[in-house]
Amino acid sequence: MSEERTIQELQNICVDLKKHVIEMTYHAQSGHPGGSLSVADFVTACYFKMMNVDPSNPKWEDRDRFVMSKGHSCPVQYAALGELGFFDAELLNTLRKEGSILQGHPDMKRCPGIDISTGSLGQGLACAVGMAMSAKADGKDYRVFCVVGDGECDEGEIWEACNTAAKYGLDNLIVYVDSNGLQLDGPVAEIMPLGDIAGKFAAFGFETWNINGNDMAEVVDALEQATSAKDGKPKAIVGKTVKGNGVSFMENQVGWHGKAPNEEQCRQALAELDAAYVK
Amino acid sequence: MADVKKRATREGMGEEIVLLGEENRNVVVIDADLGSSCKTDAFKKALPDQYYNLGIAEQNCAGVAAGMATCGKIPVVVTYAAFGSMRMCEMVRQEICYPKLNVKLICSHGGLTPDGDGASHQTVEDLAIMRSIPNMTVIVPADYVAAKKLVRKAVEMDGPVYMRFTRNAVPILYEEDDNDFEIGRAKKLADGTDVSIISIGDTVRLALEAQEILAAKGISAEVLDMHTIKPMDEEAVKESIRKTGKIITIEDHSVINGLGSAVADIMAQEGKGILRKIGVQDTFGETAPYDRLMEKHGITTEALVQCAEELAK
Repeated sequence: MSEERTIQELQNICVDLKKHVIEMTYHAQSGHPGGSLSVADFVTACYFKMMNVDPSNPKWEDRDRFVMSKGHSCPVQYAALGELGFFDAELLNTLRKEGSILQGHPDMKRCPGIDISTGSLGQGLACAVGMAMSAKADGKDYRVFCVVGDGECDEGEIWEACNTAAKYGLDNLIVYVDSNGLQLDGPVAEIMPLGDIAGKFAAFGFETWNINGNDMAEVVDALEQATSAKDGKPKAIVGKTVKGNGVSFMENQVGWHGKAPNEEQCRQALAELDAAYVK
Repeated sequence: MADVKKRATREGMGEEIVLLGEENRNVVVIDADLGSSCKTDAFKKALPDQYYNLGIAEQNCAGVAAGMATCGKIPVVVTYAAFGSMRMCEMVRQEICYPKLNVKLICSHGGLTPDGDGASHQTVEDLAIMRSIPNMTVIVPADYVAAKKLVRKAVEMDGPVYMRFTRNAVPILYEEDDNDFEIGRAKKLADGTDVSIISIGDTVRLALEAQEILAAKGISAEVLDMHTIKPMDEEAVKESIRKTGKIITIEDHSVINGLGSAVADIMAQEGKGILRKIGVQDTFGETAPYDRLMEKHGITTEALVQCAEELAK
């Protein structure tokens, strides 16, 4: 697709998605706003700029794939899918409700546009690798975009998958590390220090980028570089991000990992986000 | 049965998947550095473009297989039962069974058959674990021929399958041209009226031996090969309950939540029948010759005969 959208247009779509995240988690009174907001720029850039997808044919076999390996951040992915018309956007506020296609963690059998079910951390990247391997085996040129959390990188399977990506020369795989620095129990630096994340991916054979993941221009630029290099190396973009990005009282607060806003907080968050539209 | 030809069931599987891979280029083998042991060498040689060795990283193998399945491949993940059912268990549940993806877990070295390897490799929990995961089909072929026929059925059906094979050679029971193998349908190997023996995998031969001995003693034993432990052939079990009402299950597996427990569930719901479960009594294995191990755990023809005689009294 590589839609001709300007950075400013993408920034405004990103605000739309963030507002959905607030409303969805408010209506659900549960869910994970913090990590959904930190990764919103990347999700926006993928779905509204980079990816070849067809909302009217979600299973189109040549589509680009998107794997939300940190499945708890699905609200922002659901928001993107709803805005694109994979399903009626009216359904967004059914998140986590009984009978909803929008399960607490992504379910590929229920929700159009979800390419693999995730939710148990550390597993989505291996699935993304399998998709990228299939593209290579079948001579197809679709790409696979996979979001992992920095905390998620504690899981050993992430690094098993990295070995595989390098072995099979998966330059059609773009891993994005949403490095918001916080995990459920506290700062990543305290719970399990990861050191130089990009350096680790590089050591596994990836081509890497360190960017500000909440700067749309940087996100788009890194994605354009990562999707243009056909050099047999898998790609990893490490986005330094702010958990709860765009909502002052949620920013960098570990308590907003998995907590829903109350009515007053919802109102305030939406007001702050409304002020963030670029005119 | 001293002069009976023996082959490991993993060998039947290894031969058949080459044919399956030739017939359908979407069939791919994913190995975890146990290929030569699990008999995928021939597949690797014949179909190198459909072969992936992902090293000693089983969790990743399960995830990669799931991803490939979403793209139309039919991944056959090959490893040992211990790792296929336990090391990658949660990945199998989350990424393969929950989305009901078309992945086949082909696991050698089931039960006590990796005799010299000891408890770390002997797997007496796998059937219990795998049959409790929704959407999973669980199959245990009794011999080399059944291995070939059932691995074909498994690859041809849509959905996740766990199959257990033996490391060691076990007697060949079936004729090569026996094509009467259906997933979810027990094979009745002997009709009987006094007692029913329900067996699986490498214990089917024990059931057949016991049946002969019992016949000589005037006890008529029915023998079933319950190669599909899930979905179980409930009708076959109910028929045995109606006919003999006395059932013995025998399995190279823990008596907790394996074949015997699955049969017990059906009997309890029917509210009829007497059951004796022969199997590993909630203990780990150890290094010893295979036959000695089976003897130590009481998984023998003699145990079956004795049990049947008591029930038939």
